[in-house]
Amino acid sequence: MIKTLKVDAIKRGTVIDHIPGGMGLEVLAILKPRPGEVVALGMNLSSHVLAKKDIVKIEGRELTQREVSKIALMAPNANVNIVRDYDVIKKYTVSLPKVFSGVFKCPNPQCITNAEVIKTVFTVFDGSPIRLQCTYCERDYLSNELYS
Amino acid sequence: MNHLISMRDLNEKQIMAYMHLAEKIENGKVSINLQGKLMAALFYEPSTRTRMSFETAMKRLSGEVISMVGTAGTSVQKGETLADTAKIMARYTDVIVIRHPNEGAARWVSEVVDVPVINAGDGSNQHPTQSLLDLYSIMKTQGTLRDLNITLVGDLKYGRTVHSLVQAMSPFNPTFTFVSPPSLAMPDDILRELSDKNISFANTEDLNSSASSADIMYVTRIQRERFPDPEEYDKVKNLFIVNNSVLENAKDNLKVLHPLPRVNEIAVEVDSTPYAYYFEQAENGVIIRQAILAKHLGVAE
Ligand SMILES: [Zn+2]
Repeated sequence: MIKTLKVDAIKRGTVIDHIPGGMGLEVLAILKPRPGEVVALGMNLSSHVLAKKDIVKIEGRELTQREVSKIALMAPNANVNIVRDYDVIKKYTVSLPKVFSGVFKCPNPQCITNAEVIKTVFTVFDGSPIRLQCTYCERDYLSNELYS
Repeated sequence: MNHLISMRDLNEKQIMAYMHLAEKIENGKVSINLQGKLMAALFYEPSTRTRMSFETAMKRLSGEVISMVGTAGTSVQKGETLADTAKIMARYTDVIVIRHPNEGAARWVSEVVDVPVINAGDGSNQHPTQSLLDLYSIMKTQGTLRDLNITLVGDLKYGRTVHSLVQAMSPFNPTFTFVSPPSLAMPDDILRELSDKNISFANTEDLNSSASSADIMYVTRIQRERFPDPEEYDKVKNLFIVNNSVLENAKDNLKVLHPLPRVNEIAVEVDSTPYAYYFEQAENGVIIRQAILAKHLGVAE
């Protein structure tokens, strides 16, 4: 058994487990906690599944499906638990989608998506490393080029 | 709706359909009449040669053309979006040919209109009608697109036409030789795409030794403005000139192609050799664009 993270259980909100060690901050950067939301980050915890894992807890916010898909790029095997009254009422396993629609901005300044109001679409090439291609300008990106 | 946006969207069979139709048009085996059809040329940046090639193609098939060249004095200058301009043009015309400085512009237009859209160049991304004309030139001179040795010379880093050509040839088991100064070498993502598809390629700076095995030599201009240091430009500019001595040991079937305009990267002495094909290549542009227009207007298969 893994020792429970020494962060208080939350009353209502989201717990994201099995984030690859060191990626917790990237996940938080994408989720952008709002004022009043209490955030706990556990970094480099030992794990059965990963060498090191991070855990993020956000009190007072239930992640939507869209937000979960944003995380898929940096934490493809994360578990997302939605908590109400200290009980897990919903669990998602994050899985890498085939397409990211309207999630990331295209880094190419010449891309038409940066010139007009257009929802970006990135096709995912699942390999190592994962690559993503903008449907419009057709440029290829590594995942960290899209979220940093 | 049937658009022509990117060579990435086309498989071998679709590419060959353009080739065969162009061949039939050129040999007079099919007669196509586009009377009553109106083409809109939306050129957000000038490209006189491409536009005139499209206009000639349309008019040779008895079709008609309206053109917007540059945005001065148009609703675009008043702040109209590309999507709005395209939607209105789609109500006036039967096919939209678009040239735009932003990458992905043609794809975006194809999503908001219900007439066929033909990409005539979107920034540094794609120029599929140029690629198809290059393929047609290769097929006409070699009798096939399969298993050819293709040597690309010059600016391989910024040259959109060479990137598209490499992609367009990929289904046909080519062997590529890339000849360029190191600072203008083929970009890594294109090399990665080739490796993924198991296509053989070699990078070299030695033009002379790469000429003897080539079936096609595709030459592009090295532009002075790509070099921050003028001395660097002076050093490389003469190393990548195709002249008669480079072609001394060339194979009989070799053809030299160039998207034009050329400056000095192909010596004028080459023009009178059987290897020169760049002027015929430009002429092929009208034929392939006739085939493209006929196909996308639904007048021919
Ligand atoms: Zn893009």
